[in-house]
Amino acid sequence: MIELQKVSKIFPTPDGPFSALKDISLTIPDGSIFGIVGMSGAGKSTLVRCINLLEKPTRGRVRISGLFPDREGEAPDLCEMDPGQLRQARRSISMIFQQFNLLMQRTCLKNICFPMEIAGVPASEAKQKALELLEMVGLPDKAESYPSQLSGGQKQRIAIARALASNPKILLCDEATSALDPNTTRAILRLIQDINKRLGITVVVITHEMAVVEEICTHVAILDHGTLMETGTVESVFSNPQTEAGRRLVYPEGMRIDRLPAANVVRIAFNGGSSYEPLIASLAIDCGVKVNILGADTRNMDGKAFGTMLLGLPEDRAEAGKAMAYLKGRKDLTVEEVRDYHG
Amino acid sequence: MGNFSAVFASLDPKIAEQVDYLIRHIPFAVWETIYTTVLATVLAYVIGLPLGVLLVTGEEEGVRPLPKAVMRLLNVGVNLLRSVPFLILMVLVIPLSRILVGTSVGTKATIVPLVAAAFPFVARLVEGSLREMDKGIVEAAQSMGCSPLQIITKVILPECRPSLLNGFTTAFITILGYGAMAGAIGGGGLGMLALNYGFQRTHYFAMWVAVIVLVLLVQLFQTLGTGFALRSDKRVTRMKKKSRKESGSFPRETE
Repeated sequence: MIELQKVSKIFPTPDGPFSALKDISLTIPDGSIFGIVGMSGAGKSTLVRCINLLEKPTRGRVRISGLFPDREGEAPDLCEMDPGQLRQARRSISMIFQQFNLLMQRTCLKNICFPMEIAGVPASEAKQKALELLEMVGLPDKAESYPSQLSGGQKQRIAIARALASNPKILLCDEATSALDPNTTRAILRLIQDINKRLGITVVVITHEMAVVEEICTHVAILDHGTLMETGTVESVFSNPQTEAGRRLVYPEGMRIDRLPAANVVRIAFNGGSSYEPLIASLAIDCGVKVNILGADTRNMDGKAFGTMLLGLPEDRAEAGKAMAYLKGRKDLTVEEVRDYHG
Repeated sequence: MGNFSAVFASLDPKIAEQVDYLIRHIPFAVWETIYTTVLATVLAYVIGLPLGVLLVTGEEEGVRPLPKAVMRLLNVGVNLLRSVPFLILMVLVIPLSRILVGTSVGTKATIVPLVAAAFPFVARLVEGSLREMDKGIVEAAQSMGCSPLQIITKVILPECRPSLLNGFTTAFITILGYGAMAGAIGGGGLGMLALNYGFQRTHYFAMWVAVIVLVLLVQLFQTLGTGFALRSDKRVTRMKKKSRKESGSFPRETE
């Protein structure tokens, strides 16, 4: 488990101190794929770099349990480790990067051997393991190639193999797919998901693309201007974002459609019912009520519907009430009245 | 060779004499020049390489930050040594030469001013090469738990190898040029031949021959150095094409 406790990071700038992270407390459960999302400049990269202390938090604690299995007691705080202990801890926390950061003068095989080399693993053993990892990331024939001979997706696969070479407990992905095209992105995400499932490695994914979170994450945290806006399982956050920043990310196209005449406006949120069931049509048929769709942003994830819809109910009170009752009766929906709708 | 001098002898007896002298002395002069240059370059790197590494890694944002005062001292020291003209430096280090090699004249003695002049230059060359280093790669190494020494020896220096080799060539050729100047204090080699036998005794033909041999040496070492640097660089596309041809297949997208 990774536990960030009131982590703050302040950078000195010519215009005075800049607060990149403000009192962030976050728990990342073991075995999860945890997405940290936010607009650029929200502080997500700084946050993930605080987990392995590439960036030392100005205040706060970074506790990671299970780093030293032989040691009892409370999870150690990385901020209080001496350089030697920190290096030891970092061997259990691997990281992959947007720019891959492979050693350009080493072959792929030697790149993968690198973390084992610095940890003092015998060369033959390291080579054996590196070959297995090459197999695992699907590039067994690239052992003697140099990174410059590979495509972006292949480079990231080598970087992933290298990250796994030290048998880490945690894999941090800092915009790992942002430099890749959509198809390659999907393939790399599958690989990361596969690694999470097969090896039980906790994965922390930093991204500005909600699609990445939808695709693989189990948990998500939304960051805005260095503040943690909301966090929870992907389902709970996506189905009903609580904050403005959350809504902005989940529904980037926006929800507001102004100046449509409607008396009673309700917002319904889908939280994972079957997306194959036509809700509005059912409403019309089952209750005989015609509703007006004022705006919608829904998406289909694994055959489940997520997102929200703005409905304008009929002016007739009885009909509106019938529709409300019907909607409230559905388990996979949340209904709320919208009072500030500008009709 | 006899025929060769006979040809010149028929032209001008003065030149024939010089040709004769050159034939007897050029091989040894070339050897002395190369020997001095190699030795001085090696020693200049023994001091200059670690110094250049420190200039980069000791910075505030470096791999192993050093106290600011130390960094300032190193920088000022390097600049000071670099700003002294070589001819003056040669005279200034005469006492040092006496202590270190027991004499202040001759080939051995020229090594001392050469190293003294070259190591700050080498340090700056190394510094320049290391500044090209991709910070992301260093960061990746840090995230894997590398110690600062491991980052320097296993990441920074190998990754900068092509650029360091180019710098080495530049340093070698510069030292070759300085070495020729050291002819003035009795250092041997082509420089002394050109200066003492050639210029001062008005054997201009011999002087020009010595200069041409120096030019050829520079050309040779530059070509060799650039070749090595290019060949060793695994990022270079020329190499990529070659190895593609060798393996008979193009890297294909597997995504």
